[in-house]
Amino acid sequence: MHLRDDLLHREVATGAIQDFPDPEPGLGEPIATIAEQFGQFSLNGHTEILLVANDSQQGLGWRMHAPDGFLTAGTAVATGAISVGTVSVALKQAKEQMSEKMVPLAGITAAFVFAAQMFNFPVAAGTTGHLLGGALAAILLGPHIGALVVTVVVVVQALAFADGGLTALGYNVLNMAIIPAYGGFAVYSGFRKLLPKSKGGVVAATGLAAGISVVLSAAAFSIQWLFGASAPVPFDTVFGAMVGVHILIGIGEGLISALTVGAVLASRPDLVFGARDLHPAQLQESGKVPLRAFIIGGLAVTLLVATVVSQFAVNNPDGLDFVAEDTGFISSAEEHSLGDSIFADYATSGINNEALSLAIAGTAGVLITLAVGYGLFRAIRPRKRVPV
Amino acid sequence: MGAGHAHTLYVHEHSLVHRLPPETKVLSAFLFVAVVAITPREAIWAFGAYAAMEAALVGFSRVPVRFVLSRLIAVAPFVVFALFLPFIGAGKNIDLLGFSLSSEGTWAMWNILAKATLGATASILLAATTEVPEIVRGFGRLRIPPVITGIASFMIRYLEVIAGELARMRTAMTARGYDPRWLSQARPIAASAGTLFVRSYERGERVYDAMLSRGYNGVMPALDTRSATTREWLGALALPLLAAAVALIAVTTL
Repeated sequence: MHLRDDLLHREVATGAIQDFPDPEPGLGEPIATIAEQFGQFSLNGHTEILLVANDSQQGLGWRMHAPDGFLTAGTAVATGAISVGTVSVALKQAKEQMSEKMVPLAGITAAFVFAAQMFNFPVAAGTTGHLLGGALAAILLGPHIGALVVTVVVVVQALAFADGGLTALGYNVLNMAIIPAYGGFAVYSGFRKLLPKSKGGVVAATGLAAGISVVLSAAAFSIQWLFGASAPVPFDTVFGAMVGVHILIGIGEGLISALTVGAVLASRPDLVFGARDLHPAQLQESGKVPLRAFIIGGLAVTLLVATVVSQFAVNNPDGLDFVAEDTGFISSAEEHSLGDSIFADYATSGINNEALSLAIAGTAGVLITLAVGYGLFRAIRPRKRVPV
Repeated sequence: MGAGHAHTLYVHEHSLVHRLPPETKVLSAFLFVAVVAITPREAIWAFGAYAAMEAALVGFSRVPVRFVLSRLIAVAPFVVFALFLPFIGAGKNIDLLGFSLSSEGTWAMWNILAKATLGATASILLAATTEVPEIVRGFGRLRIPPVITGIASFMIRYLEVIAGELARMRTAMTARGYDPRWLSQARPIAASAGTLFVRSYERGERVYDAMLSRGYNGVMPALDTRSATTREWLGALALPLLAAAVALIAVTTL
């Protein structure tokens, strides 16, 4: 052991001496926060069940941590092998990128990602969602370190918090760490080529990539379901439901990730891995394009995904329809009043090509949903709030 | 280790299970859950046997039953999904109380419920009898690359610091009347996420400097070099071995 005086001086100057060895955080509040998020109980003697779903702060607490036995053993092993392989590649690449400095740095940013999953943001009318953070970590730290960091988060959540099964780690790591990090970063790089080389371009590309990364992991989960379903629910239904729900989640994820990267760019642009190609001067010009480009781009992507997804919603009645059909109460159900509308049953009448007509129906569905959503938003948008 | 002891996940006790070296417990938990996962769902009695083993372990380790049960609630969201399976599963052929249920779907529900509950209980017991930094140390002894265990131990060490910072930011925002209802009002949340990232990263840089100045060369020095004895390994692996025997009988008699 040799002490390095130069660094010791610098450390005193920067105040790091308070940060090492261990910090002594207060025992109360932070622990309660962590516990609340995971539905455990508080320290003060009496047990107190805090259901994730019941937590008013949590609202749309959508967690994708699948438990044991959710996919077949073969799928667990196969995805496990893919995850281990990818993580070892990530390890090698990350080492080249940052040397041993990455360990404390990556560890503390892993704590950030963990905490970021506790960031509840409002979705609508008082419900909240929270960040998944895979793409955000990849854009801030680079895909390799990003993937490593989120992998560690997912593994610790499974081991220590019983959040996701131990034998499910193969697919949980793949879906929640590797695919959002690498997939999200690939999408990000793609959009960066299309968008202006400016701060606005970085922010918009982050938003789109983060949103799409969530949809990608939902799609990946559905594909794994195709290979290793543990339940007799058809692929189409799982794909449609998972991707459908995650388009909505992706909008929040994209917006929050974009704004977060924007905030980091404002104070420490050098810390954004995905913006390293930009000169300080390019970071200055924020560009007026982004918001509109962002919305138009987001809309285009949503439409594209909806067109693809609609192909899977084919002739498969959704869960409730299915039950209804089987229990025989569908015969007692009246024809829907919109039964004659041109989009009834998702296929456009009058167009013979089934795929095309589904695509049109899907697109129209998105547009109508957006229009209705916007209308609702305008109608019930809170006017000036009176302080309570 | 200031932060290390403050756990809602750990139950401080002095049982044999608590005293086992972490690497034996980690491996044992993984193997046990793996055996549970590959057991055919038709062998209902086998899952009963696994549950009995876990119950015995709960008693043995003196972890309060209420603790385990309340932590099990965390797996609830997927349980809800599983409960739908008998209704949405393909192929109906059971009639129960006027409902027509899919037998395939009901089996799938049972499969997910049983394996998810047994798996989660194993993780809960592991965390209840082993402090989180110990679990990470166990991983290291199981030859997981030091970079990964290093990231994990720093994450665990600083999680409460960062979460505390987050909680203070939220308190400050709420105290100033921040009560957003819509996504379009979420900008302050994102701004604080950005700030939190910069602060975490800068803290990471300072910690790294501090460590370098104390002789850090990329590997954390091992403080506890004692490795598990054969007896301890046997004691810990008794659980998965017993489970494997049950699974073997289940497969052959099915």
